[in-house]
Amino acid sequence: MSSCPPAAAIQASGVRKSYGGKVVLDDVDLTVTEGSIFALLGPNGAGKTTMVRILSTLIPADAGEIVVAGHDVTGDPDAVRAAIGVTGQFSAVDNLLTGEENLRLMADLRHLPRRAGRQRVAELLAHFELTDAARKPLSTYSGGMRRRLDLAMTLVGQPRLIFLDEPTAGLDPRSRRTMWEIIRELAAGGVTILLTTQYLEEADQLADQIAVLDHGRVVAAGTAAELKHRITGGHILLRFAAPDALNLAAHLLTEADADEENLTLQVPGDGSLTSLRALLHRLDGAAVEVEQLSIHTPDLDDVFFAVTGHPTGHPTGQLTEEKVR
Amino acid sequence: MSTLAYTVGDSATMLRRNLKHQLRYPSMTLMLVGMPIVFLLLFVYVFGGQLGAGLAGGHGGRNAYLTYVVPGILIVTVASAALGTAISVAMDMTGGIIDRFRTMAIARAAVLTGHVIGSLIQTLVGVAIVLGVALAVGFRPSAGPLAWLAAIGVLALFAFALIWLSTALGLAAKSVETASNTPMFLTLLPFLSSGFVPTRTMPAGLRQFAESQPFTPVTETVRGLLTGIAPGTGTIVAALAWSAGVALASYLWAIRLYHHRRPAEPK
Repeated sequence: MSSCPPAAAIQASGVRKSYGGKVVLDDVDLTVTEGSIFALLGPNGAGKTTMVRILSTLIPADAGEIVVAGHDVTGDPDAVRAAIGVTGQFSAVDNLLTGEENLRLMADLRHLPRRAGRQRVAELLAHFELTDAARKPLSTYSGGMRRRLDLAMTLVGQPRLIFLDEPTAGLDPRSRRTMWEIIRELAAGGVTILLTTQYLEEADQLADQIAVLDHGRVVAAGTAAELKHRITGGHILLRFAAPDALNLAAHLLTEADADEENLTLQVPGDGSLTSLRALLHRLDGAAVEVEQLSIHTPDLDDVFFAVTGHPTGHPTGQLTEEKVR
Repeated sequence: MSTLAYTVGDSATMLRRNLKHQLRYPSMTLMLVGMPIVFLLLFVYVFGGQLGAGLAGGHGGRNAYLTYVVPGILIVTVASAALGTAISVAMDMTGGIIDRFRTMAIARAAVLTGHVIGSLIQTLVGVAIVLGVALAVGFRPSAGPLAWLAAIGVLALFAFALIWLSTALGLAAKSVETASNTPMFLTLLPFLSSGFVPTRTMPAGLRQFAESQPFTPVTETVRGLLTGIAPGTGTIVAALAWSAGVALASYLWAIRLYHHRRPAEPK
């Protein structure tokens, strides 16, 4: 009999961990539904990696009840290990072997029969576009290839629950998109995924559920939409060519915030067509020259700021702005 | 499959991995075998004439010294090969792959067993190469097949002990650099034993140390077996007891370090 309901792949409550008096995790609760993508979001040092290490049996928690894939992590770690796959933050590949040998090593350690193992390795090499590099030493691999190999190694045993600790950290935008595609495909195949990220956009793009971690505490949790709902509306940003135009517009739109240094005006608004049309009408009526207009919908950056009181330091807001010239 | 079958299977997988490393990057093996060969040639051809004069009651020569020093050189080979274990264990422990192994349901002992057996094979290959060079330069032991087997057995047991010790040192090291330094004393100890000169020629304090440290009884046992001068029972017992003792203590230390080792702290 499992003590956790079958719908939860991970059920953790009251997780605590300290390193030499420094509290890294402080009473963290977490429930990850089977088949979903769960993002643990937070800046460096928030405790994300520590949480993943505890859930994946690498280190023990100081306190807390943790059931992963139906097994208690302290009571039956080997049963947990047999059910999970882990791709850590630091590349966990054997640099002295080729890509193919790395995958074979995993197939052997997962006790796959020889033929099935070879077949699985060939499948994964093809799927992760590593077939051409399969017999080359890892020193010739790019960062993106190593990351793909790392994930392929995790998938050799076809785990139903995988942990990805900052899967796209340090990757170029194209490799990041590829990694996102792979993660979405896995989830579509019914695999439960817990990932950590410090990129708000990544959590927004991938996750069904998000927990925002800050200084070892979960400061907000929910779907991306629910988190965004906690922030009041977005804004429309107007940029001007000259201070005169800015002053004129600021005079006209008294509800707006002017930034004289950048010659911008921030007008509260949800970005709907009606509100936009009304705004343009008012500007046109006063013959104000606007150089550029952008609509800023609330993103997780705003959420993070709202729940923690400090920004993340990652200017991801740029990526979700829709520019209108 | 049973737990035992898994342990054997996983250890064999890890052993294959370590042997592949050795074959792919033979420079480490060559370096570890090169040192004793250089010592052999240096001691026989440079110092051998003079050192041999003190052997066989003052009637020995270069050949007498060759016969005397080869067992010592074989022990140096064993000690030198053990250095490699600490380095490869530390490379594994400081890399990311060990965390992957730890999150997989694989037999607990497999990672270390793979290293130890891999190093033992590497050591025996090294011993064979060094013996080949010794034979090529004129080493003519008088041992029969049984004595040869016994000598190799004693060397293998001692190698097993030093490899576990080196494994523990590799686990205890925080970096690969440290791991390549801490077992260095193993290559010094053969010089402070009966490996290169008889201990009776040493000053009192050094002689006492040389005679009571493990390298001397092991060297004397191998020397006796190869040259047909039966070593005393006490010497054989001391050689076996030291080997077994060091192996057991180091094994327990290594396992303890392996299980209590924390992953690198998150940055």
